[in-house]
Amino acid sequence: MKVSQITVFLENKQGRLADVTEALAEHDVNIRAASIADTIDYGLLRLIVSDPVRARQALMERGFTASETEVLAVEVEDHPGGLAKIIRCLADQGVNIEYLYAFVGKSGENAIVVLRSEDTDSARARLADAGMTLLSGEQVHTL
Amino acid sequence: MLAVEGLPPERLRNLQDERLRAVVKRAYETVETYRRKWDEAGVKVDEIRGIGDLPMLPFLEKDDFREAYPFGLFSAPLTEIVEIHASSGTTGKPTVVGYTRGDIEIWGEVMGRTFAAGGVGTNDILQNAYGYGLFTGGLGGHYGASKVGASVIPMSTGNTRRQLQILQDFGTTAICCTPSYAILLGEAGREIGMNFEELPLRVGFFGAEPWSESMRAEIERLLVLEALDIYGLSEVIGPGVAYECLAQQGLHIAEDHFFPEIINPQTLEYVPDGTHGELVFTTLTKTGLPLIRYRTRDITKLHPGDCPCGRTLRRMAKISGRTDDMLIIRGVNVFPSQIEQVLGEVEETEPHYQLVVDREHGHMDNVELWVEVSESVVSDEVRHLEVLERKIGKELESVLGLSVKIRLVEPKSITRSEGKAKRVVDRRDLGL
Repeated sequence: MKVSQITVFLENKQGRLADVTEALAEHDVNIRAASIADTIDYGLLRLIVSDPVRARQALMERGFTASETEVLAVEVEDHPGGLAKIIRCLADQGVNIEYLYAFVGKSGENAIVVLRSEDTDSARARLADAGMTLLSGEQVHTL
Repeated sequence: MLAVEGLPPERLRNLQDERLRAVVKRAYETVETYRRKWDEAGVKVDEIRGIGDLPMLPFLEKDDFREAYPFGLFSAPLTEIVEIHASSGTTGKPTVVGYTRGDIEIWGEVMGRTFAAGGVGTNDILQNAYGYGLFTGGLGGHYGASKVGASVIPMSTGNTRRQLQILQDFGTTAICCTPSYAILLGEAGREIGMNFEELPLRVGFFGAEPWSESMRAEIERLLVLEALDIYGLSEVIGPGVAYECLAQQGLHIAEDHFFPEIINPQTLEYVPDGTHGELVFTTLTKTGLPLIRYRTRDITKLHPGDCPCGRTLRRMAKISGRTDDMLIIRGVNVFPSQIEQVLGEVEETEPHYQLVVDREHGHMDNVELWVEVSESVVSDEVRHLEVLERKIGKELESVLGLSVKIRLVEPKSITRSEGKAKRVVDRRDLGL
């Protein structure tokens, strides 16, 4: 199972982020990781949640647009240089990263980052070749 | 003032009757659209003896221009057409108008009357800040200034700093532009310390967009001049169709050239003088594109009684609205259907949108198009949305000739009444 990210379009209006998080809480959906890309007029809230299907339903009921995107979740050694190693590995192989953000929880001793590449398949292959640990959808959503 | 502007009503009517007979004959003989409409209505050209017979003839509508696009309504061969202009159509195709050499003469004459009604003549320096181009404002003003022998400065629109510098250095005495631009010029000029009280500027001719008496007061205070209203539409000829004199009690219609009727837009019957209705024009003298009973969609009323200036030409009130959904933004005609078309082309769907028009005090109209994002459009990356905004903006600019700020909003966030989104929110205080 792939790692699924939910993106919610939010106008820059007071209380919208509260509406989203409350909608998820009401449906018993847990947020694992979150990031916001913002512009003057709107923001894009990206979420990794415990149950993407339920989360999307909950959000759409409330009138939000929630789109789904495949992302990668990679374990990162939790010490200086841990993230650098992963980024370097992709950079050397010519794989671009669109954006990246960190997980709230850990996988054992390691931290986890979510990253989005234009070419998910080749990013996954390069990381695996380099011996990095990629988490599956099951692992991520139920962490 | 020309003699014709002060003709006794019965002599004016004789002239109109005579001219109407000629133009009706010409229209029927040379323009397929009229032939078809009148044949269908069973009207014979020789039954039209004068103005009183006008109600027998069917109306001409904006859509007739679209069907005849581009030159189908021209009554003269292209060899005799010396100038072509265009304005917005309801969808896709612009409304195209053609002028013979004679029509350009008429245009210069009526615009000349317009300026003369504000006292402009050979001693004046007229700064023409209407756009030169397909829009009829620029060239119409130019021909009129030339007719009365004023020194015309063909400034066209924009470049406020330069407008102000020339206005000051050249000693401009008369100006024409849109009323909102006049306010902008006045405020910008005062900001840089210009003293309009001491400049020779004394009269301005403002039109091409709706404006109110309070805007008039504002313009007169800022620029220290007499602000006169002018009216026109490119289908009829452009600016010069009706003009205010210094009495400022309504706009005299050049009815020896353009005969007005005011109808109830529902019943299509005449309304009495002094009652608001839709303005309908019949051009009595144009040969390039004669209009017979053209529905302008503009709402106004005719003023009864005489004007202290001595002109006997009837007067109409400022335009108080439209009978269709056309908006005038920064002097540009905009139909919501044009926006729908662009959105349909860009996204291959027809999303919910709302056009928000605002006019901050002392500024030009500000236009935002709010577009609801849909599932298919929302991306996880900002740049995709930015590309979309730019694409819509660029496409709109090319279709409307207006720069519009695109703003993406959440689905269902645009207020709907009876399930239908309100397409236009006009927050401009036009005092209409």
